[in-house]
Amino acid sequence: MSEKDFPPPVKWVDDRIGIGKIGKKNLRKVFPDHWSFMLGEIALYSFIILILTGIFLSFWFKPSMAEVEYQGSYSLLKGLHMSEAYASTLDISFDIRGGLLMRQIHHWAAVLFVASMMVHLLRIFFTGAFRKPRELNWVIGFGMLFLGIIEGFIGYGLPDDLLSGTGLRITQGMIQASPVIGTYLSFFIFGGEFPGDEFVARFFTVHVLLIPGLILALVTAHLFLVVYHKHTQYPGPGRTEKNVVGYPLMPVYMAKAGGFFFVVFGITALMGALLQINPVWLYGPYNPAEVTAGSQPDWYMGWLEGSVRLMPGFESEFWGVTLSWNLLIPALIIPPAFVTLVALYPFIEGWITGDKREHHLLDRPRNMPTRTGIGAAFITFYGLLWIAGGNDLVATHFGVSLNNVTWFLRFAVFFGPILAFWVTRRVAISLQRADNERLLHGLESGIIVRTPEGEYYEKHTPISKYEAYELTARDRVVPYEVGPETDDNGVRAPRRALNKVRARLSRFYYADAVQKPTAGEIEEAHSHGHHDEHGSVEGVTGTVELDEDAAREVTSTKHH
Amino acid sequence: MSEKRLSLSPARFLSARRRHRSAGLVVLLFGLLAVGSAYAAFAPDNAVADNSAQSQQIEEGKKLFAVGCASCHGLNAEGGGNGEGKMAGPSLIGVGAAAVDFQVGTGRMPAMQPNAQVPRKAPAYTPAEIEALAAYVASLAPGPAVPAEESYDISKVTDEQVTRGGELFRTNCTACHNFAGKGGALPNGRYAPSLMNVDPKHIYEAMLTGPQQMPVFSDQVLQPDDKRDVIAYLKALEEQKDPGGFGLGRLGPVSEGLWGWLVGIGLLVGVAVWIGAKGVKAKGAKAE
Repeated sequence: MSEKDFPPPVKWVDDRIGIGKIGKKNLRKVFPDHWSFMLGEIALYSFIILILTGIFLSFWFKPSMAEVEYQGSYSLLKGLHMSEAYASTLDISFDIRGGLLMRQIHHWAAVLFVASMMVHLLRIFFTGAFRKPRELNWVIGFGMLFLGIIEGFIGYGLPDDLLSGTGLRITQGMIQASPVIGTYLSFFIFGGEFPGDEFVARFFTVHVLLIPGLILALVTAHLFLVVYHKHTQYPGPGRTEKNVVGYPLMPVYMAKAGGFFFVVFGITALMGALLQINPVWLYGPYNPAEVTAGSQPDWYMGWLEGSVRLMPGFESEFWGVTLSWNLLIPALIIPPAFVTLVALYPFIEGWITGDKREHHLLDRPRNMPTRTGIGAAFITFYGLLWIAGGNDLVATHFGVSLNNVTWFLRFAVFFGPILAFWVTRRVAISLQRADNERLLHGLESGIIVRTPEGEYYEKHTPISKYEAYELTARDRVVPYEVGPETDDNGVRAPRRALNKVRARLSRFYYADAVQKPTAGEIEEAHSHGHHDEHGSVEGVTGTVELDEDAAREVTSTKHH
Repeated sequence: MSEKRLSLSPARFLSARRRHRSAGLVVLLFGLLAVGSAYAAFAPDNAVADNSAQSQQIEEGKKLFAVGCASCHGLNAEGGGNGEGKMAGPSLIGVGAAAVDFQVGTGRMPAMQPNAQVPRKAPAYTPAEIEALAAYVASLAPGPAVPAEESYDISKVTDEQVTRGGELFRTNCTACHNFAGKGGALPNGRYAPSLMNVDPKHIYEAMLTGPQQMPVFSDQVLQPDDKRDVIAYLKALEEQKDPGGFGLGRLGPVSEGLWGWLVGIGLLVGVAVWIGAKGVKAKGAKAE
């Protein structure tokens, strides 16, 4: 490139750090356009807001559990003894100019940070964007979500108010419930008996240094991989697995993303200004002898709280060691198992389907009915536990018995996900059928025609080529086959039992999925004219179990 | 010897016979006489009041009771069954005037139906009628009286006392009534009601009598000053404006999460959809 390309300031920088070449290539990088691709941006911007407001707060927050007498301007707590951490949080809220606003923006941004990561995760999940080559980026993203939740919870624990202390007390109970190492672990984390006078200082370091640093590193890796893999796109005319159709980063996405950042900041600031969050002054200083109704964690820990609330109080004793199943199962077994399943989902699905190809075109959720069903089941499971975390407020606000809410949820948490899976999968399959009908017969025009023979039928308008392309831009799915038991030389195939399981899972995965019609089928359907209306769609579309030739036979017999 | 005895002075007479067999009995009789007369002299003798306004009030209360309360609590407030062997209303003997004033004054009694918990509603009786009912129930057996006005008068309470009330509130009350007195759930459809906009007298009486699920905080447990301070803290909470904006019901993180998702994520996703629809793509489509 010639040096004339750059305006003088850019040239000055380019001469010194060679930014031109990188910039020239990457500034023109193309990104596809869709609203659902901006969900991750919300998370990124919330994170930036968190850093900015967090820096402000750290100027005045005193991470110390030394006892002081409060003499600030909040009169209802004046003269009380409390930790410096709590007193300084009150000072930030009442005596530092703009402090309360900053605290509230920080807290709302934390709520939105985790929420937007989760919404982003759901988008990735339902569109299959985690498939090869992006499995590792899924894991990185999951890591950020996990760290974000821990970070939020530690932040919730820092002000040392009654609510945060109660939350930590519950966490400490969970830690202690771990067999054998529980007590040691608790002493290690809290530097002795709970609450001790160490944890605020320790948690502060983790909160402002360790975890933000880790998240920042993961953000970098995440975005680097997005650039390296290139962005996925929804199927559509001109879009293939080998290109990206969209607009360049500079200037289109610079402007869009920059504008969106300000929108996110604006909305968060508005929430911080108008909606009161975590009114620590109402909770009072932490005192292990006190507790309050409505002691709940922030929303992202709500499902854990709910899981503990639902568990009946089982406990057993072996050789003088008490195993608290009431905490072990709901806090130390189920949640880790659930999140591990989520973290490893791309690998699990990849193994089941045996799909080793790269994917840059996204799935429409309906085209993967089983995955979509699994997603709905996960959401239902999570959602029910989440509701259980607020079972007391459900009881009081809907005028029902707390016990009934709890018992209902105890069963619903098992049956709800199954129901959600089944319903969602069937809906997805129905939508696939509807798509195929659209492809083969076109749009329902609403015009009823009567033939001279007295026959009635509805006229269909054919859909555009573009839409037809969009609807057919997906693969026909084939379940994984076990293969013959022995090869030509009579040697038994290795790992046959495992492969049998895999084949069965794969059949389950693709069972009932509606295949897209072949070109032949579409042509045939179109050439038939109005008489198509009488043909059953099922026959033409075929299902996995159905042999395709047989399917066509069925169709043709129906037609004539 | 008898002459000698007669000549003794009364004091010597008594002292000489202090070891007589019936001496103890005589002393006891004297004692009882003295206490009895003193009681008759000092006690607000019913005998005197019998024909006064109070007995009329009790009569009136008894009539009101027979009409409005007896179907559940029994004609003589001894408690009643519902005909199916279940308790329809507990015995009111010994519950005291404070309990009646609280239950009827907050509209909880008369109850509309025997639910898990009787809710607060507009009172069905006038203050005079409530007083009569309370007088009647109090006449059955002693119990906590309606507190005097100065015991819950919070106009002279100092800031320190309010702060102290807050500590007492957090130690004794928040576990059920929530940190801001907004109430909370209890098992089997019962609940701790909201303490907002409750008459200080009724808060005091509730602590004193422990209505429904609430434990009794007697004057030995929470002394009258403590009770007054708790009331003062509650009133301060009630009057306090939320400095952070809209208080979201002061229910804790659950309502915050709800707002975060519905308003926060809802708005942000809405904006994302809007940008997605109104961006270059739409312009490009027009150009085509």
